[in-house]
Amino acid sequence: MERILEQAQKVAEAAEVFMVSTEQTPLKFENNRLKHILSKQSQTVALRIIKNGRIGYSVTTDIDDVRMLVNSAAETAAFGTEAKFAFPALGDYPQVSVYDPGIEAVSMEQMAKLGKEMIDAVRAHTPEIACDGGLTKSTTSIKILNSAGGSAGYRSSTFSMGLEGTVIQDTDMLFVGEDESSCHPLTDTRTVTSSIIRQLDWAKEQAEAPDKALPVIFTPSGVASALVSPLISAFNGKNVYEGSSPIGDKLGKAVFDPKFCLKDDATIPFCPGSRPFDDEGVATRCTALIEKGVPVAFYYDLQTAGLANTKSTGNGARSGARLPSPSASVFVIEPGTTSFKEMLSDIKEGLVIEYVMGAEQGNVLGGDFAGNVLLGYKIDNGKITGRVKNTMVSGNIYQVLKDIAAIGSDSKWIGGSFSTPSLYIPALSISSKK
Amino acid sequence: MSQIENIAKEASELIKKYDADYIEAHFEESASSHISYRGKKLDSVDSSRSIGGNIRAKVKGGWGFTSFNNPDNLNRRIEQAISQAKLVSRGDIALAPAEAIVDTVLLDSDKNPFKIPLSAKKELASEYNDIIWRTPGLQTSVVSYGDSVKKSIFVNSIGSFINQERADITVYLMAVATDGKEVQQSGISMGSRGDFSRIRTLHPQVKEMADKAIELLTAPQAKGGEYTVVLDPVLAGVFVHEAFGHLSEADFVYENENLRQLMTLGKEFGTKELNIVDGAAVPGLRGSFKYDDEGTPATKTYLIREGKLTGRLHSRETAARMGEAATGNARAVSYRYPPIVRMTNTYIEPGTATFEEMISGIKEGIYAKNWYGGTTSMEMFTFSAGEAYMIRNGKIAELIRPVVLTGNVFETLKNIDAIGNDLDMNEGGGCGKGGQFPLPVSNGSPHIRIRHCLVGGA
Repeated sequence: MERILEQAQKVAEAAEVFMVSTEQTPLKFENNRLKHILSKQSQTVALRIIKNGRIGYSVTTDIDDVRMLVNSAAETAAFGTEAKFAFPALGDYPQVSVYDPGIEAVSMEQMAKLGKEMIDAVRAHTPEIACDGGLTKSTTSIKILNSAGGSAGYRSSTFSMGLEGTVIQDTDMLFVGEDESSCHPLTDTRTVTSSIIRQLDWAKEQAEAPDKALPVIFTPSGVASALVSPLISAFNGKNVYEGSSPIGDKLGKAVFDPKFCLKDDATIPFCPGSRPFDDEGVATRCTALIEKGVPVAFYYDLQTAGLANTKSTGNGARSGARLPSPSASVFVIEPGTTSFKEMLSDIKEGLVIEYVMGAEQGNVLGGDFAGNVLLGYKIDNGKITGRVKNTMVSGNIYQVLKDIAAIGSDSKWIGGSFSTPSLYIPALSISSKK
Repeated sequence: MSQIENIAKEASELIKKYDADYIEAHFEESASSHISYRGKKLDSVDSSRSIGGNIRAKVKGGWGFTSFNNPDNLNRRIEQAISQAKLVSRGDIALAPAEAIVDTVLLDSDKNPFKIPLSAKKELASEYNDIIWRTPGLQTSVVSYGDSVKKSIFVNSIGSFINQERADITVYLMAVATDGKEVQQSGISMGSRGDFSRIRTLHPQVKEMADKAIELLTAPQAKGGEYTVVLDPVLAGVFVHEAFGHLSEADFVYENENLRQLMTLGKEFGTKELNIVDGAAVPGLRGSFKYDDEGTPATKTYLIREGKLTGRLHSRETAARMGEAATGNARAVSYRYPPIVRMTNTYIEPGTATFEEMISGIKEGIYAKNWYGGTTSMEMFTFSAGEAYMIRNGKIAELIRPVVLTGNVFETLKNIDAIGNDLDMNEGGGCGKGGQFPLPVSNGSPHIRIRHCLVGGA
């Protein structure tokens, strides 16, 4: 890495080298049985240079090919974007624990056993279910150095387990599923299995789907599947800078329900989305985005912050072989005080929405969502009466999140980088096939 | 690009020496470049290079897989894959028969995007961005160009050594308009199998896209409910991919007795006019190739013929399990993944109806064009149009906001009651499955009419 930096500094006024190495072990179960064990090793190194004021960028998996890497970075710099930032001094980071050495000791045999345990528990409840899923452990090591001086690095670990079940009767298919992840090795399968069993219980009967606007409760996974993408997009500093975020000019104004609070926090210990510094070597932090319904900040990387005349919030992320860009790290919708039961008992007729399929395919930028309710339940007189099918919901988050009837006290992690409670919306458009 | 050839030769000898039912190895060397504009400014130019490989071993019906960037110590990688397979071993996986194939498939020199200088690619992206910005009133825009050239070598323990090169180009454009209250977007996604000239002449579409973003600000939203819809070839292509293509992938069916019964060959899925095909042997498209990632030669498979289920997409494993022939549909997005059953080029064959005939009888319906995306749960699917119009009294009427459509595959294919004579292929985007994304595929169709389609709305 030092050699790459040294060579790059010969052709450019400033340079940065970023390296990621990952070891990953996924175990895959298919139709209730262990099918495949994989082990994956990967390593990529990225070189970003500023040459004649312009950004050049190149990525390779071949760490020894220094000359090629430096040449292609220089080639792209000839056409590159004007740099609006300087590389930061590396160091002085918050203490964020994201590595548990215990993960190294977890054997494939132990993982296979946990997988079998999950499947056995779900099949004991519903013998005809077909389960696919698996467990993955991985460790990642990040290193960064730049011409501003210094170097930094950290290690992280992730352990995840998940299961998807299908129950088929004639042409009717029911899909249920749950997953969990942590930086610690997971040993208890009940979080996953109890949630799946709860879904199976609620979906046992089929209920008639309504075809009008009704109150709905989005469960945490329902929120994740329908409402989060437009929020992630709206608070992205790049969209704000370009004027395509509907809330770009609404800092300090009441946009959402006063109960609604959102933050981005990459400093939560042992959360898989956390890290001490971002992919540009900027310290991470907890950034409040919505306070009492009022947008108070957006998230930025170095270049976008430079353009927008503000500071990076430590949200620079690299995806694939692309230059860093602003990316949400750990989104947290703050829990409220209403229990799920209380929400339910408040609704005479409505839906509980557990998963919306395809909601992110429309005008996400504008806040729209619309999709098929793949897993959702009918509420009649405060009780769940069965699952609905052939049903669509659609709406716009700037209307839906402006008037929230209640925010749940039931916060839950979805996929290691998003936490949300259930949200009770007084009216949402529902269409269904007669 | 020849660094991997020596490693592949070494591996092809090594894997014959181990005690396993079957071993294969992939080695891959790829280069890609990317240019994007956001708003009026150049946003990024970057390039990348990747070298890596994998070993996949089958022992007593269990699979083990190792992937790596560092090719040193191949022996240890092979041993690791074998020991993982042994740990799984469940004793019941067979593979459909295959012959040892030794072949080399090189890139046509006129389909190599790396022969085009970076400056020409940037020039084209800038040209398209200029067109977008000639439309007054826009807020921002995205122009994103990406290309890649990949050389991959496949070797297995029965003696195959297949060296294939392929190239891929994608272009994504978007225009964003806002009136201070609302934000509307309009986009185009295109691609080709390395042929730069195919994406060089999009100027009229780009202009139309930019105008559309502005028009959408004042367009009304459809009322949600059931409609008769007419889909253009692009959106109908996405529909056939999502609604039926994924259901035809045998890895979804082969282990599950209920599903096997549901998908018995001969079962009626549509009217006599409905024919659906998938095949990498259809030449020149983004999903075309000569051999799949298990070394099986590409084919062309009729999934539905005259409305009846006649075939499905197989890997060697799913084919053996179901007693059918491998179809050459085992694909991996890169060396970091094992091959799984995937689509290639999927389309509805043309019928006889003209567009005018299709819409003439519709009192109130929706004409949906272009696409944002689509997804499926197998039984249920959704797909979203990039552009939509009301059809009133047999005529195309006002522009409406883009719509999301959903349906149940077992009903919806039967509700296709008219198939146009104007087949066109859509080569934009990429397909995702099992964490492997984006895989180059194409899909297509003539215009089709579907009765009783559920549309989301206000």
